Amino acid sequence: MVDIEGCKGCGVCVPACPTDVIALAKEVNGKGYPYAFMANPEACTGCTNCSIVCPDGVITVYRVKINE
Amino acid sequence: MGELRLMKGNEALAEAAIRAGVDGYFGYPITPQSEVIEYLTAEKPYERTGMVVLQAESEVASINMLYGAGATGKKAMTSSSSPGISLMQEGISYIAGAEIPVVLVNVVRGGPGLGDIQPAQSDYFQTTKGGGHGDYRLIALAPSSVQEMSDFVPLAFELAFKYRNPAIIVSDGAIGQMMEKVELFEQMPRMTDEEIRAKYKWATNGKLEDGTRRIITSLDLDPYKLEEHNLKLQKKYKEIEENEVRYEKIMCDDAEYVIVAYGLSARISQKAIQLLREKGIKAGLLRPITLWPFPTKQIKELVDNGIKGFLSVEMSAGQMVEDVKLAVNGKVKVEHFGRLGGVVHSPEEVVEALEQKIIGG
Amino acid sequence: MAEINIQDIIKPENLVYKKTRLMTDKTLSYCPGCGHGTAHRLIMEVIEEMGKEHDTIGVAPVGCSVLAYEFMNIDMQEAAHGRAPALATGIKRLWPDKVVFTYQGDGDLAAIGTGETIHACNRGENIVIVFINNGIYGMTGGQMAPTTLVGMKTSTTPYGRDVAQMGNPLKITELVAQLPGTYYVTRQAVHTPSAVRKAKRAIRKAFENQVNKKPGLSFVEVVSNCNSGWKMTPVDSNIWMEENMFPFYNLGDIKVDGKLIEK
Repeated sequence: MVDIEGCKGCGVCVPACPTDVIALAKEVNGKGYPYAFMANPEACTGCTNCSIVCPDGVITVYRVKINE
Repeated sequence: MGELRLMKGNEALAEAAIRAGVDGYFGYPITPQSEVIEYLTAEKPYERTGMVVLQAESEVASINMLYGAGATGKKAMTSSSSPGISLMQEGISYIAGAEIPVVLVNVVRGGPGLGDIQPAQSDYFQTTKGGGHGDYRLIALAPSSVQEMSDFVPLAFELAFKYRNPAIIVSDGAIGQMMEKVELFEQMPRMTDEEIRAKYKWATNGKLEDGTRRIITSLDLDPYKLEEHNLKLQKKYKEIEENEVRYEKIMCDDAEYVIVAYGLSARISQKAIQLLREKGIKAGLLRPITLWPFPTKQIKELVDNGIKGFLSVEMSAGQMVEDVKLAVNGKVKVEHFGRLGGVVHSPEEVVEALEQKIIGG
Repeated sequence: MAEINIQDIIKPENLVYKKTRLMTDKTLSYCPGCGHGTAHRLIMEVIEEMGKEHDTIGVAPVGCSVLAYEFMNIDMQEAAHGRAPALATGIKRLWPDKVVFTYQGDGDLAAIGTGETIHACNRGENIVIVFINNGIYGMTGGQMAPTTLVGMKTSTTPYGRDVAQMGNPLKITELVAQLPGTYYVTRQAVHTPSAVRKAKRAIRKAFENQVNKKPGLSFVEVVSNCNSGWKMTPVDSNIWMEENMFPFYNLGDIKVDGKLIEK
């Protein structure tokens, strides 16, 4: 979950993701920054890499264990 | 009667700091006041009251240690002499802007620059007209005896905390070094951490239980907010001017001429007015005890009562004389007399100056 | 694979990471991608996790992070430029059981504040100093810092830092590690997840040293990017940092438990 209005579009989260989940949108938020979003949500493992590297702390991560 | 001792001015100041319940002294040696920190370190006040004494690496460090300590609500003090006080000006401006109560002591010596180590009174401008940047004021007390070197310490802290403003004791090389009898006051207890947290809600000593957190700063990038803050400070200074002027008048009631002098010059002038009276000249002495707030009202009253002239006696090129002139407002003659560069004037010189500059001519 | 609704995932019990509540809600005034934000957050996370939010006093510097006190939700003092270690000394000496730290940039700590830095380290004040080194003066528009690399272009070294004129970059961290008064000296980064995790462990160690009253000062340098000052994108600045800053400012522990690490 990205706080879209808080995101400054720095893009540091993008290379941090091990499974290429996150990308910068083509659209911009209210401040004119292209915000980060889950381009590939299925691949997210909830590793929190993106959230811990975000300078503005705008990413919140939830994880659910799927019991097969 | 309290404990009587024969002490040096600097030592009385140091002893008073311990007795006034000061929490921390952070200072740097400089002549003519190194006895203050030497006395403190020898006395081991940590064992007496828990008071911390730390020799800092410079006056710049000292004043900033005071900022940090004072901002937590503790009683913090430093002492230095003119060149060291110059180094502290940045810190003083910050402390005044952030409204932190601390006590400084300036044992003034001859200047400018490195100067010499003899007594002078040439830091009046630095003290009262701001040596640091911005619109601020220092509450300034000027002792003229070893007794006052002791008594003014708790007074300075009282005023500093009452108004959340830095206060300074302006002494000089002679009063710091001279030995006189002093009656020491009883030990005042140091405030406990809990008492400080309860009483000073503005202080940064760890977030309060209810989550309130404090910020101590002198920064505000919004000019309208900074103006508001400055107006608040000015209001505070007005209040101090109205309520905290302290002075002493000697033989002013029937005087025709008044000497205005503080500190060492006041003692010398006291002798001078005695000599003048013996010559049939009705002289009196107004001794400002607070240099700021200045006894402007008292001077105006003297003018209204018919004083014909004022002589400002100060060991400088003439600094306080400007405040006397402002108060007199052109109504009667105001002149300055004083030796410079660390030279101390004699009572006879003062007599001659009054005769020539005020009465004659 | 079972279909899961996103609404089923976003529930409080599934929360794995959220910005610490010890960071205020104010939008950080830092440039997009700047390491300051991450560094602030790590310190606040550590303070929250150690349960010390009511016992901590932070001292903010002058520099880009002059407004650090707006973002860190604890009691904070704003220091004059370079003087933070002196303020911290004044606080810690009179409140020895509180947690006291300074947060300073390269100009604050290694230029104007060199005296205060070295003497606080030399006295072994039981505080934490967090030193953000990005080799440039960000707030004032990108001038040279003592830690600017040789040849690096800044607004006051437009042709690159020239050793003959301005001397070499100052490795203040290695300098203070030589003093017996420093207990823990380390250099970290916050540009990748693995660097962030290491940095957080280092910061945690520093604060634990203080709480456990280890003899000496804990000094954590964080080599950070300044994409604005370096005139790059955030991602490029992190790559540039890896390629240029890290070879000179080596990451890792320099002194642990009072002993220098043998290289």
